[in-house]
Amino acid sequence: MDSNLEKSYFSPIYYLVPTFTLLYVAYRWFQGPSQTTKFTEVRTKPASIVSVIGSGGHTREMLRLMGALSGNYSPRHYILANTDSISESKVHAMEDDLRRKKNFKTEYLIHKIPRCREVNQSWFTTVAYTIYSIFYCIPLMVICRPEIILCNGPGTCIPVCLVGWIIKCFGIVQTKIIYVESICRVDKLSMTARLVYKFADNIIVQWPELQSKYPKCEYYGRLV
Amino acid sequence: MEKKLVKTVFVTVGTTQFDDLIQTICSTSVTEELNKLGYTDLILQIGNGKDPERVDEQNLNIKFYRFKNSIEEDISNASLVISHAGAGSILDVLGAGKPLLVAINENLMDNHQIEVAQRFSNEGFLYYCKPSQLVETLQDVNFDALKPYEPGKPEKFAKVLDRIMGFTQPDS
Repeated sequence: MDSNLEKSYFSPIYYLVPTFTLLYVAYRWFQGPSQTTKFTEVRTKPASIVSVIGSGGHTREMLRLMGALSGNYSPRHYILANTDSISESKVHAMEDDLRRKKNFKTEYLIHKIPRCREVNQSWFTTVAYTIYSIFYCIPLMVICRPEIILCNGPGTCIPVCLVGWIIKCFGIVQTKIIYVESICRVDKLSMTARLVYKFADNIIVQWPELQSKYPKCEYYGRLV
Repeated sequence: MEKKLVKTVFVTVGTTQFDDLIQTICSTSVTEELNKLGYTDLILQIGNGKDPERVDEQNLNIKFYRFKNSIEEDISNASLVISHAGAGSILDVLGAGKPLLVAINENLMDNHQIEVAQRFSNEGFLYYCKPSQLVETLQDVNFDALKPYEPGKPEKFAKVLDRIMGFTQPDS
């Protein structure tokens, strides 16, 4: 009886599965983002999009981008930190505006996740909160199944992008992770951009200096 | 009686505090200089900072408040805006087509927001200085020489995204 129990604890499944999972994720990490898909015909089916809303300036820039999108993106999921009620009302205002001006009838949803980092929070608690948010994001991202994750730099986008990338590695959904750097960044990419640089599909910057410094970046002029 | 022409200077510090700027602007030397330049009123949005210590209304009519839901109206009524270096404030003011002087907060010298003020100033859309240089800067610069601001184009992003997702052909 005892030895059976012991045996089951040492069953290979307990270490082989996590090991192979980790190896596979590591393999995908070093492989970098998949090549851009070649389309043979113009797509008509709407694409689901997750937009990570930060606070203050980040929210403003993100809403400028979301407000300019064509009607091809539905449903539109907005993820924001649960402490941020100002941004939430701004999202509603922007979507109402889209309904009136562009006659959008597509749906949008707001999801709240725990915030990773308040200003002046210590790095230790930041890491703990980030891990918590990662687990919080897993079911959310599996349900949203976004084809696009759009983010522009608040700390909240780290767990969202990471989980998005992992579920993409496992083939649950084909997600493009698109990072638009804030207009505030002129000489140097932000910490968040450097963290997602390796696995994001597109990194779009708003000043040409950044593009010459970081070859992966794309530049299409000032966007906000 | 002839109606006096109102020319307002609007000062905004956003959601932060920037006492250095507020105190300097309320000082006699700056208000005198603004008066010389033809401004009649001064409205200050002071955020979380301290109330101005001494409000010298000899040269200008001065009003101040902490926050408003929207400072849009104050921006559009102003003839000149003096702002902190926050990107949000800068874009609001430039978007409204108002002459802008950005005051750099020296206590935040490693703050990346300064980069954006410098960059926009290189493009000729605004002037910037430290609070201690306000008088000289106001004397030196010509706000009429600023270039009209071209707003960013989020439509370009929408096109790029449509292309990435295959909603449009790459060459369209």
